[in-house]
Amino acid sequence: MIAGWVGKVLKVDLSARTHEVQELNLRWARDFIGGRGLGARYLYELLQDPTIDPLSPDNVLIFATGPLTGTNASCGARYMVVTKGALTNCITTSNSGGHFGPELKFAGYDLLIVAGRAASPVYLWLCDGEVELRDASGVWGKGVWDTDDMLREEVGVPDARIASIGQAGENLVRFAAVMNDKHRAAGRSGVGAVMGSKNLKAVVVKGSGSIPVADQASFLRSQWKKKASLRDSKGRQNFTQLGTSSTLMPINAIGALPTHNFLQTVFDGAEKISGERINDDYVVAHKACFACTIACGRVSKISDEAGGRFLLHTSPRNWKMAGEGPEYESMFGFGPEVGVDDPEAIIAAHWLCNDYGMDPISAGATIGAAFELSQEGVLNGTEGVLEWGDAGKMLQLLEDTAFRRGLGDEIAEGSKRMGEKFGRPGVAMVSKGQEFAAYDGRAMQGRGLSYATSNRGACHLKAEVLRADYKDPGHEGKAGQVARTENQISALDSSGLCLFLNSGATYDDYIAEFNSATGMDLSMDDFVTAGERIWNLERLFNLRAGITPADDTLPKRMLEDPIPTGPRKGMVSKLGEMLPEYYDLRGWPEGIPSQEKLAELGLEAIA
Amino acid sequence: MKQLVIHPERCTGCMQCELACSFVQTGTFQPSVSVIKVHVFDEQASMAPYTCFQCEEAWCMTACPVNAITIDNVIGAKVVLSEVCVGCKLCTIACPFGTIFYNPESNKAFKCNLCGGDPACAHACPTAAIEYEDSETKDWVGPWAERLNESFLTALAGEPS
Repeated sequence: MIAGWVGKVLKVDLSARTHEVQELNLRWARDFIGGRGLGARYLYELLQDPTIDPLSPDNVLIFATGPLTGTNASCGARYMVVTKGALTNCITTSNSGGHFGPELKFAGYDLLIVAGRAASPVYLWLCDGEVELRDASGVWGKGVWDTDDMLREEVGVPDARIASIGQAGENLVRFAAVMNDKHRAAGRSGVGAVMGSKNLKAVVVKGSGSIPVADQASFLRSQWKKKASLRDSKGRQNFTQLGTSSTLMPINAIGALPTHNFLQTVFDGAEKISGERINDDYVVAHKACFACTIACGRVSKISDEAGGRFLLHTSPRNWKMAGEGPEYESMFGFGPEVGVDDPEAIIAAHWLCNDYGMDPISAGATIGAAFELSQEGVLNGTEGVLEWGDAGKMLQLLEDTAFRRGLGDEIAEGSKRMGEKFGRPGVAMVSKGQEFAAYDGRAMQGRGLSYATSNRGACHLKAEVLRADYKDPGHEGKAGQVARTENQISALDSSGLCLFLNSGATYDDYIAEFNSATGMDLSMDDFVTAGERIWNLERLFNLRAGITPADDTLPKRMLEDPIPTGPRKGMVSKLGEMLPEYYDLRGWPEGIPSQEKLAELGLEAIA
Repeated sequence: MKQLVIHPERCTGCMQCELACSFVQTGTFQPSVSVIKVHVFDEQASMAPYTCFQCEEAWCMTACPVNAITIDNVIGAKVVLSEVCVGCKLCTIACPFGTIFYNPESNKAFKCNLCGGDPACAHACPTAAIEYEDSETKDWVGPWAERLNESFLTALAGEPS
C-alpha cells in the first residue's frame, strides 16, 4: 500500500445512472505519481477510441487528486481535470486549487470518473459514502456563483465544496472552465464544455474522512523545512503580495507582453493596469487555497460606477461584495491583448469569466483576434468596428460568448475555428488549437517552443522557462530546458502540489515530503523519469487521437513576422532549430517516441 | 498566563490550523475532527479561525453532571477527562460558542485543550493569525469585540445615507 491515498475510485455512468466504487490501481499510482499522470493513465485505458468527438457521451471526464492533496503539505490543494479537450481534440489536464480536491479525498475518493451523458441536467452529491445524482433543473442556466450558493443551501451543508460549470459550459463554449469554490478554475481546453455536454452541472462534495501519511515524523519534519524556506524566500514574499500580477511589468519591460493580438509586444498602458496599481487600488484581501502558506490569491472590489458601466447589473449577482482576481493571464487577455488599460474593466471581465465559467486566456485571446478581424473588415456584423481599447465592446462580446449570441457564437468556437470561418486562419495565435498565454513566443524563445510541444495545446505551465527567457533572448539551450522542465513539472503536477511552490521551495523539499507521505523511495532521477513517462503517455494519447508531429508548430506570425518594435524588436521564433533538438533529447525520431524510449519508460506494452 | 489570541484580519483561509489540530488528535489529516474551525465569509472576503477561548464562565463545566471537565492548573485550559465523561452532550448544548464537540464513536465530548500548553494550530499558522501569547486580561474576546463593534459603528456612520 502506498500512503497518501484513500485507495478508492468512484466511477459514475450518467447514461445508465449507475455508479461503482473501485480500488485505486496502486501500480499505476506508483508509476504515474497521481493527479495529472494517473488521470492520464485512466483516460488512456478508458478511451479505447481516442478519435471520438470530445463533446460526445463517449468522452470521459476525470477529476484526479494526488497523494499530497488534502495533507498539510504547503500548496497541496490541487486536483486535475483530465479529459479529451473540447477546444483542442488533445488530452487535457486542467489544474485547480481551492478546497474541492481535498474535500473529494475526505469524502473517500482519490479519483472521480464520469462517463456517459445524463438525459437531463443533474448534479452529483457526494457525502462520505452517499452517492446521488440529483435533478439540476433549478440551477441550469445559472452562473457559477449562484449555483454554488444555491446548491449548498439545497444540500443543507454550508461548507460543502462544489465544482460546477456556468452558462459557458452549458452552452458548450469550447473554452469553458470547470470552476470550484466560485473563483478557482480548471480553466483550459474546454473541460467545462465536456462537463456541459454530459448534462452535469455540478459535483457537490462533503467529506469527514482522513488522509494518512506513511511516516508521520519525517513528513512533519519535511513540512517544517519547506514552510520555513517558503516563509523566508523573497520570491514567495513578492508572490504573497502581488500574486501572478507581479509578472506584468517585467514582461512588458523586456518587450514580451502580447499586445493587440500579438501584433505588438509592448503595451503603453501597462503602468495603469500593473499588479502594483491593482494591489493599491482594488485588492481588499489575500486568500489562500487549502493548506497553502503562500496565499497568492487576491480578492478585489470595484466601484459601483464601473459595475454599472460594465454590464454587471445582471451578473455576477454578488459583484458588489468582493471577488477573486485578477490574475496575470486575465490582465493580459482583457488588457493589452485588446488594448484595454482600465483596471476595473479587467477585473469585471475576470469576474464574468469566473461566473460564466470560461477560460480568460482563450476568451481574451479570441476576442483579440475578433478585434483584428473587425479591423480587417471581414466581420461585417452588427457589432460595428471593434477598436483596440474598447472595454465596453470587449465586455459585451464576453457576455455574448457565454450565451453564444451573434459574433459571440463564433468567438465561443475559439480563435482557430473562428479564423478559419472568416477565411483568416492567420489571426489565431494558437498551438494545437489552444490560444497562447501572456508571453510572446518570439521574444521568449523557450516559451515559444513550449507552446508548440505542450500536449494540451499552447500552455505556459508545462515547462519552466520564464526566468531563462527573461534573461536570455537567444534560443540556444532552450530545447534542453523545455524538455527537462516538462518532465519535472509533469511529476510535480501529478503529486497534488502547486507549481507556485517554485517561488521558494525546492525539488529536494518536494522529494522529501513525497517520499515520507507515500512511503515510496524516489530519487530525483526516478521522479523526473516518472514525469517523462507521463509526458510520453500524453503524447501517445494524442498520436492515437490523430494529432501528428506536424501539429507541434506555431502560427506564421511567430515564425515569419519579426517583432515590430520594443527591446526584442526583429525577433522571430527559431522553432525550426529548436524542435529537432527537442525531439532528439526526447528520443522521438521524427516526433514519434521510439520503441527504445517507450521500453525505457515501461510504456511499450500500451503503446 | 498564555492564551490563544486570534487575529482574523491576518487569516488567509488556508486551513493549516485545522490540519494541525486533526493531526495532533488522529495522526492523520482530517479537518472534520478539528476543534478549531476556519469560518469563511466569502462575500466579505473575510476569514476567521474560531475555537474555545477557555472562557472564565465555562458553561461546559457548569453543565457537566459528572464533573468531567476540569481546569488545568498550569495552562488554564478547560479539559475533558475522557475516563469520567459519560457522553451526555449537555456541555455541547451549554456552550454558547459551539466549541465543545461530541464524538459518537468514542461516546465522549472533546474540545481544545491547548495541546497541553503548546498549541499546534498557532505553530502551523503561516500568517500569525493565531498566536499563543501572554495576555493581560483573562478575557481578550470582550475588549476585542468592543473594538470591532466600534469600527463597525464608525463605518456605518461614515456611509452616506
